Amino acid sequence: MYWLLKQIARTGIVTEPAPRADEALRRLEQQLGATILKHFGRSLAIRHVDAGSCNGCELEIHAANGPHYNLERLGIKFVASPRHADMLLVTGPVSRNMETALKRTYAATPEPKLVVAIGDCGCTGGIFGESYASCGRVANVIPVDVAVPGCPPPPTAIIQGILTAVSAATR
Amino acid sequence: MGPAMNQLPLQGRPIAGAMPAFHAAVEAGELRGLCQQARTQQARLVALWGSDETVRGGGYALHLALALPAGLLWLSVPLAREHPSYPGIADIYPCADRMQRAARDLVGMLAQGDSDQRKWLRHGAWPGDVFPLRKEFDIASSCPPVDDHYPFVKVEGEGVHEIPVGPVHAGTIEPGHFRFSIVGEKILRLEQRLGYTHKGIEKRFETMTLEEGAKLAGRVSGDSTVAYAWAWAMAVEGATGTEPASRSLALRGILLELERIANHLGDLGYLGNDVALSFGFFQFWRLKEDLLRLNAELFGHRYLMDLVVPGGVARDLPRGEAERLLARLESIEREVATLKSIYDEHAGAQDRFIMTGQVLPELAEKMGLTGFAGRASGVNHDLRADFPIPPWQQLPVRVASHIRGDVAARVAVRFDEVSESMRLVRALVHLLPPGEVRVPLVACPGGRRGVGWVEGWRGEVLIALETAEAGRIHRAHPHDSSWQNWPLLERAVMGNIVHDFPLINKSFNLSYSGQDL
Repeated sequence: MYWLLKQIARTGIVTEPAPRADEALRRLEQQLGATILKHFGRSLAIRHVDAGSCNGCELEIHAANGPHYNLERLGIKFVASPRHADMLLVTGPVSRNMETALKRTYAATPEPKLVVAIGDCGCTGGIFGESYASCGRVANVIPVDVAVPGCPPPPTAIIQGILTAVSAATR
Repeated sequence: MGPAMNQLPLQGRPIAGAMPAFHAAVEAGELRGLCQQARTQQARLVALWGSDETVRGGGYALHLALALPAGLLWLSVPLAREHPSYPGIADIYPCADRMQRAARDLVGMLAQGDSDQRKWLRHGAWPGDVFPLRKEFDIASSCPPVDDHYPFVKVEGEGVHEIPVGPVHAGTIEPGHFRFSIVGEKILRLEQRLGYTHKGIEKRFETMTLEEGAKLAGRVSGDSTVAYAWAWAMAVEGATGTEPASRSLALRGILLELERIANHLGDLGYLGNDVALSFGFFQFWRLKEDLLRLNAELFGHRYLMDLVVPGGVARDLPRGEAERLLARLESIEREVATLKSIYDEHAGAQDRFIMTGQVLPELAEKMGLTGFAGRASGVNHDLRADFPIPPWQQLPVRVASHIRGDVAARVAVRFDEVSESMRLVRALVHLLPPGEVRVPLVACPGGRRGVGWVEGWRGEVLIALETAEAGRIHRAHPHDSSWQNWPLLERAVMGNIVHDFPLINKSFNLSYSGQDL
């Protein structure tokens, strides 16, 4: 226990300042009122759905929850069920084998809700594209508010995408 | 006749490339006898897949890759154009079961015998009489959805109930379905259903050139991108007869070990988290992040994607940066040593780790457990040590191993592998020969074979490649060690409590995407 406490004290706080919202990532006109977003912005529950990724984007979502980025300090928390979620964070091209599960997860998420598509595959279908096995980009299956490109997008870009979705459009 | 076959009655031809590999064609009637003989000689089944040979004047073909002491033996079994079938081998090699079912779903070849005949990678996206990896099937076709019925094995008895989990899981992980049969808190049986991330990777390869394929290979399983890209490069270099630059081989070694360190660090953190030691998560993910940032600074990508390419590597270690790499690794290594002693002496963590999710060596050997999980259960294979090709030739790899096969053993092996990888990176940096890092690919006719076989952080990665005319791909089969290890996870959880499942699962950390393709 002594060594554990010593290690904690020695490490200190490594968390860095959070990025700001980036309007360039927005795909849909903001559908939620500023008041709702104000609430969302203070405490946001996210359900992650891997709809067929290569698992690269998952690595960066994990990293966003790590100490350098510390997503939870912004009031943003990953939850275990879509029924508890305000936002779906969707990775991958949507495989046809995940199409139904993704639609059901979307339906199970209470209104009002936001969807952020993560990664080149989520944005465009990426290298896997559309095929007998892949529906391509997430927006081909459910409505997407914000899409974050990158293969995989680094944690700051993911956080930026989330913050963009919960900030009222300034346009 | 190659030395690989000296104990099997075969005429094999060497396959050119970095790894020792041989090819032989055998008739379906000889298959079971050969497999039985191979099994008694401790040969491992690495992969099983199918191909459509109708465009090359044949019917279909079944392919097997066996690991023998002298190298990889690639067996091809020609099958008829009408109703292709072959005698199944899942009773000889249990890990063949799911691979046989996948070959049926994708190519339409039937394994005869009393093995499991349920579909595997096919869900509702295409009907049972359509086979996407047949040449006549267009990748862009979209079949109307069909009913996706899958008969799970039912466990019955007083107090037995089921917990269905997934495909959308509670954590940030890939999708799959787990059907637990439970009595009280205890797991009687776990049945997995995978294939949710099937996105047509093998079919996609057939629309690409050999060079383009590198990028897709690096995305079969994102966490193993270096291992796959290297296996792809090795297969292409073998098939085309390209000799990669020797400096690039040492750089590939460095990249592969950095990938191993990063993944082990991340999982060691999650293993702490799963036993309520969130201290471990934050500490290890701090170190992992330090390493990822170093990767980005030195090589331009946090996960080292698209760096290994056919012919060499896309980017050299910047001049004068070797010292920075070594200094950062040294500071990570020091911290890992501190964390290891904290884990080792933490009674709560050890209580959860020890004797949880055990796979005994006998079962591991029988079922073909591989990679670091295999080494934690006494199955001591490591391609870097078994076939020390460059850069391992000058640098013998010390294989980490354990025999208890529980979560604690997998944790111990991961800690050992982190320090061994640190040693290897240091040695490789000092061995780094001067010169260029990439050579152009030699043009390649159709009908050539190439084998890429690399010990990734999770286990061995195989790329079996057959070329088509004009530098294109006739068939490429990427194989992840997760095919072998998923069924052992079903066995590892038996008799454990449901709440230990996430811990046991994370201790293996298998790839869904790498298996679903």
